[in-house]
Amino acid sequence: MIPSLSVNIGGVILKNPVMTASGTFGYGEEYAEFVDLNRLGAVVVKGLSLKPKEGNPVPRIVETASGMLNAIGLQNIGVDRFIAEKMPFLRRFDTKVICNFFGDSVDEYIHVADALSRTDGVHALEMNVSCPNKQAGWCVFGTDPKVLHEVVTAVRKVCRIPLIVKLTPNVTSIAYMAKVAEESGADAVSLINTITGMAIDIRSRRPVLANKVGGLSGPAIKPVAVRMVWEVFNAVKIPIIGMGGIMTAADALEFLIAGARGIAVGTANFVNPAATVEIVEALEQFLADEQVNDVNELVGSLRI
Amino acid sequence: MLTLQPLQPVAVPVPGQFYMLQAGATHDPLLKRPFSYLSAENGSISFLYRIRGKGTRAIAALRENETISLIGPLGNAYPMPSGEFIAVAGGIGIASLFSLLGAATGRAALFWGGRTAGELLMTETVGGLVRNAVITTDDGSAGRKSMVTEPFREYLAVNTHLPVYVCGSNPMMKAVAAICADAGARCFVSLEAYMACGVGACLGCVVKIRDAESHEGRFRSVCKDGPVFDASTVVWEGQ
Repeated sequence: MIPSLSVNIGGVILKNPVMTASGTFGYGEEYAEFVDLNRLGAVVVKGLSLKPKEGNPVPRIVETASGMLNAIGLQNIGVDRFIAEKMPFLRRFDTKVICNFFGDSVDEYIHVADALSRTDGVHALEMNVSCPNKQAGWCVFGTDPKVLHEVVTAVRKVCRIPLIVKLTPNVTSIAYMAKVAEESGADAVSLINTITGMAIDIRSRRPVLANKVGGLSGPAIKPVAVRMVWEVFNAVKIPIIGMGGIMTAADALEFLIAGARGIAVGTANFVNPAATVEIVEALEQFLADEQVNDVNELVGSLRI
Repeated sequence: MLTLQPLQPVAVPVPGQFYMLQAGATHDPLLKRPFSYLSAENGSISFLYRIRGKGTRAIAALRENETISLIGPLGNAYPMPSGEFIAVAGGIGIASLFSLLGAATGRAALFWGGRTAGELLMTETVGGLVRNAVITTDDGSAGRKSMVTEPFREYLAVNTHLPVYVCGSNPMMKAVAAICADAGARCFVSLEAYMACGVGACLGCVVKIRDAESHEGRFRSVCKDGPVFDASTVVWEGQ
């Protein structure tokens, strides 16, 4: 018997729980020659803003022990060009398209969410709340419960499709922020975004990244991410998309058992462009070997 | 020097292209590293590299018949010169230009500089591919004791019609690009950058490139839009 891999993420039915993490898979086309996009549960595209964004100066990336720091600065082509130039390509595939987006004000979030959620072929939106708020001294939206409530509530009103809120781990209690997102109308939460970090060149005594600080990703952050997924699973009822250092199906399974219904592969795409599809295949094999008929049986199945 | 025999059929590279390579299956070093290919003959691909850090040390530790993972060929290519041309290499930068010199044997005037003689590898083989070669070192241990830009500048002054192809450190390429701009010569540079993905997805390796609409330049990926750019479009920053 072939096990069922299909999952429901806040109303979007995915053929399997494996997605791409925003910012690590471009707009899908960058990896189309390496990966059959039809095999993926969903393609989550690079974060979009109302206007094109140039991003940070270089250096933008640096490798660290079993991980990497990035400060790309959300470079993107803007929502209009994305809809006109990238969506026709993505519509050709039998996969779900999830658009990650962000803003520097509540108004910008509303405008981008409205435009994307009206676009044919966009199945869900993922809100990045790890960016700074222009109207609040550039404080990060997702670190203040009141601000998070305000922005998610406002986006919920205009978003006609399932809304996923991508949580930042750079908070005291991610479980509390997940509850705020749930109460504000989120259909699902995804976690974790990168953990803020820093690397220093000891000869020049300067930060390695032009932006001084960056987001840590890769296998180095996996245990933190698994712990956070488990905490959030115990706090909310909405589905969770787990991510953070997933390189293999074994890593993905840890997240599922901790409570994630979907998982996203990020930095691993850089190392192995076929990582997502290899994880789908190995996941299927694991379920068959363990005689689990449905991947949903694993979700939150942690034994304590 | 590293020579690989692909286990599956791979595309044939063209001069200027590169590969992302990774030895070993651990997570540290995590990312692949970009390398220009030196030559691709009889189904095998060769690379010339200098040990610089964790990634290259792991490659250097490989023994015969061990496997390595790679992505490639990646990036654009040197525009093929139709006749004679000038090549300017800095140290290991010869690795990128080598395939171009080989594809246009006997047509290049090569200017090749290094800090010391030890940085200039395979000089005899390279010498056999070019019309004439001028070697310079900072310490005079091989060739002329000068910056590579000095003999190049003298030669270009009487050969401004020839296109110039450059690969080396960013300060050297910036200097050569400036000399070419003054002389009105076409110049193509192969840029080096830290990369994560190699396919234009992560946007980690960007460089500012001028186009018709933007004189200040716009970020383009060295891996996907390059690594070869018309030097007159490159906005050189911070070097």
